[in-house]
Amino acid sequence: MEEFAALLDALVYTTSRNRKLALIADYLRTAPDPCRGWAMAALTESLDFAAVKSSTIKALMMERVDPLLWQLSRDFVGDTAETASLLWPEPETQAPQPPLTLSEVVERLSALTRASAPKELPALLDRLDVKGRFALIKLATGGMRIGVSARLAKTGFALAFGVAVEEVEEYWHALQPPYPELFAWAAGGPAPDLAGKARFRPFMLAHPLEDGEVDLKDYAAEWKWDGIRVQLVRAGEETRVYSRSGDDISATFPELLDKLPFDAVLDGELLVRGCAQGGEAGGAASFNALQQRLGRKTVSAKMLREYPAFVRLYDVLLAEGRDWRESPWELRRATLESLMARLPASHFDLSQIVEAEDFAHLAAIRETARDEAIEGLMLKHRMSPYVAGRKAALWYKWKRDPLLIDCVLMYAQRGSGKRSSFYSDYTFGCWSGEPEAGGELLPVGKAYSGFTDAELKQLDRHVRQHTVARFGPVREVERRLVFEVAFDSVHTSKRHKSGLAMRFPRIHRIRWDKPAHEADRIENLRALIRD
Amino acid sequence: MTAPFSWIRPEPWGIHIAPADVWVDPARAVPRALVTHGHADHARGGHGETIATPATLAIMKLRYATSAGAQPAAYGEEVALGGGVTATLLPAGHVLGSAQILLEHAGERVIITGDYKRAPDPTCTPFAVTPCDIFITEATFGLPVFTHPPIGEEIGKLLAARAANPDSAVLVGAYALGKAQRVIAELRAAGHSDTIWLHGAMEKMCRLYEEHGVALGDLKLVSDAGKADLAGAIVIAPPAALNDRWSRRLPNPITAMASGWMRVRGRARQRGVELPLVISDHADWNELTQTIAEVNPAETWITHGREEALLRWCELSQRRARALALVGYEDEDD
Repeated sequence: MEEFAALLDALVYTTSRNRKLALIADYLRTAPDPCRGWAMAALTESLDFAAVKSSTIKALMMERVDPLLWQLSRDFVGDTAETASLLWPEPETQAPQPPLTLSEVVERLSALTRASAPKELPALLDRLDVKGRFALIKLATGGMRIGVSARLAKTGFALAFGVAVEEVEEYWHALQPPYPELFAWAAGGPAPDLAGKARFRPFMLAHPLEDGEVDLKDYAAEWKWDGIRVQLVRAGEETRVYSRSGDDISATFPELLDKLPFDAVLDGELLVRGCAQGGEAGGAASFNALQQRLGRKTVSAKMLREYPAFVRLYDVLLAEGRDWRESPWELRRATLESLMARLPASHFDLSQIVEAEDFAHLAAIRETARDEAIEGLMLKHRMSPYVAGRKAALWYKWKRDPLLIDCVLMYAQRGSGKRSSFYSDYTFGCWSGEPEAGGELLPVGKAYSGFTDAELKQLDRHVRQHTVARFGPVREVERRLVFEVAFDSVHTSKRHKSGLAMRFPRIHRIRWDKPAHEADRIENLRALIRD
Repeated sequence: MTAPFSWIRPEPWGIHIAPADVWVDPARAVPRALVTHGHADHARGGHGETIATPATLAIMKLRYATSAGAQPAAYGEEVALGGGVTATLLPAGHVLGSAQILLEHAGERVIITGDYKRAPDPTCTPFAVTPCDIFITEATFGLPVFTHPPIGEEIGKLLAARAANPDSAVLVGAYALGKAQRVIAELRAAGHSDTIWLHGAMEKMCRLYEEHGVALGDLKLVSDAGKADLAGAIVIAPPAALNDRWSRRLPNPITAMASGWMRVRGRARQRGVELPLVISDHADWNELTQTIAEVNPAETWITHGREEALLRWCELSQRRARALALVGYEDEDD
């Protein structure tokens, strides 16, 4: 546990990607089995100890620390696990015990229940120092947030043992922590036996098309639908749905599991039925409707009825007993089209090719995309193989320009982690009517990105100098600063007083020059709804 | 008969001693000032008359190039301020020359700590616990998450990083007055006798410390070094220089910072610090609370920092306390 805690601590303070990789690789080469397997599971967030929540930790602290002192400390530190690791009272007398190993910790955390956790966790915490407690709490509650993605951890694994990261990814999702087969393979042993498993294959991704054009003789255009990218895999009796990150989300979309009539690996966009996004066999609803279905471990019959899911297919990786990934896109596309007749139209349709005479014509078509609530266009090289990750010049995503609206800053909240001393999360509003005629500001959204570090400092100073009230980590500010806010779309929402919710709002420009009363009215925003 | 302690008044820009018309650590120029120590947020230039320890006055002279109206007062020397008020400067253990100020008037005793710490420091005189009625304390690290480990552990980390990276310079961000000299003196005490390289902004203050009897060993300026000299070297610079273009001249620098704020990961990451060293010249939470308990005043006033939490501690330990809203004290780098 000490080595794992030291690894987490070092990763937190390391900004260089190469140094992070070296730290992970060093650890994996030297740590014993099965500890290093559990460490990989932790770094890739593949562990879930349902009995321990952030609230469990908070409850333990409430028995040991004054609630106000806890709250003030938590606000300052910006992270519950770190605050608890610092404030945990050191035990007064300690009988000498052997140091905890990571696998011992994982074993004990797995055995916890909601009822036993409040008794068992303190015994573990008492045996660790500050770093160890931080590691334990992060491990137990999930969500490491230490600047290491699953991909980086796998790359570190590949570096440690001199294997290809793409191969690691192919095996990864079919194996369970602590991955003994993967370590055996990396050490020169046989490849894991994955025959008959509905396993994940890494997605092919696109680069943004910044400026410039592509030749439509070489590239085909498709709509970029506003749902979630999924991979549908059937191998024998088993069918699974994977998200872009390789998470198994089959349980969230049970209606898809008996609809694929043959063995295949298909790539597509998961959507729910509606009329906002075009398509041949009935349309799709906006992303807002799809959100009702996301993140659920069980799905009610009502959900299935009201928000029926289907997949709009983009590509085929495996079918007809053949791996098509090396074949050019054109051939894969033809194969996919030929498969459509054998797929039930109730749950599958085909993402249509957007035909255009030339690039300028395509640009004009893209302009109309907003009305169909589509994210933009995909441009795929006709000869591109299906390769894992983002490879230059094969696929591009060409997002439409964002919508813009002028809002007034109303509240600011301190950020987390790196930003824990800055007021970096901003809630802004639009006017309910003419400000001179008694119109008031109603919050319409919250954003914490889109500005530079230098602007963040200016904004932080502005917030501190124009505070009118404080509520814990939140400050209410004078209504004087105007933000030009960019966002992808806007929807009706019962959660906000304004009745509106923006999708992916970010600060586009800070309008230090613009008087607050010239900011937009709510009705200007409402006019942009395309639900 | 005036109300008790009405002669001492906290104002937004400092504490005013009305019968003598003297201000303590005022944030703007005044005719007469008592100054606790030489940090810029406490010692501002331009006062008509400045009462402080000789070392603090020397620091102010170095920083503001003027010594008009300097009134030196040694630790323990009673100074009559007029209006029936006397002041005695007592060691605060914060930096060279730092003082608490004991004020007495009509049998009432008030101590203003300025900034202070209780941990040992070879570069200054240790804090003296002195009884009083009102104890006016700082609260820079007034949250229970702030506990400063023994400095030997942190110096050990610094020396280990240096040993493990012979091709790198270990660049330590440290406040130019106090922290830098303390880190150097502790490195010497730990047996590190190699040249320590300085950013130009550190030079004069280090020399001043040496003139006041604090031995710092072999110091050289980075501007006089060849790049080969700096591989495997320890370099001390003000925190602002850490991510500045200045640091590009160093070979594969490892960025360290010596500050009490390094206790919190977010603070270290904000500055891109790879090697956080929890070294502070302020009292940590335990020192703050232990000191209040030892001094055991009738009332505690809390000046600057995280006063809310210390106020809560006083409430929980059934001690009378209030927070003063003073402006202008910033200890972001300490």
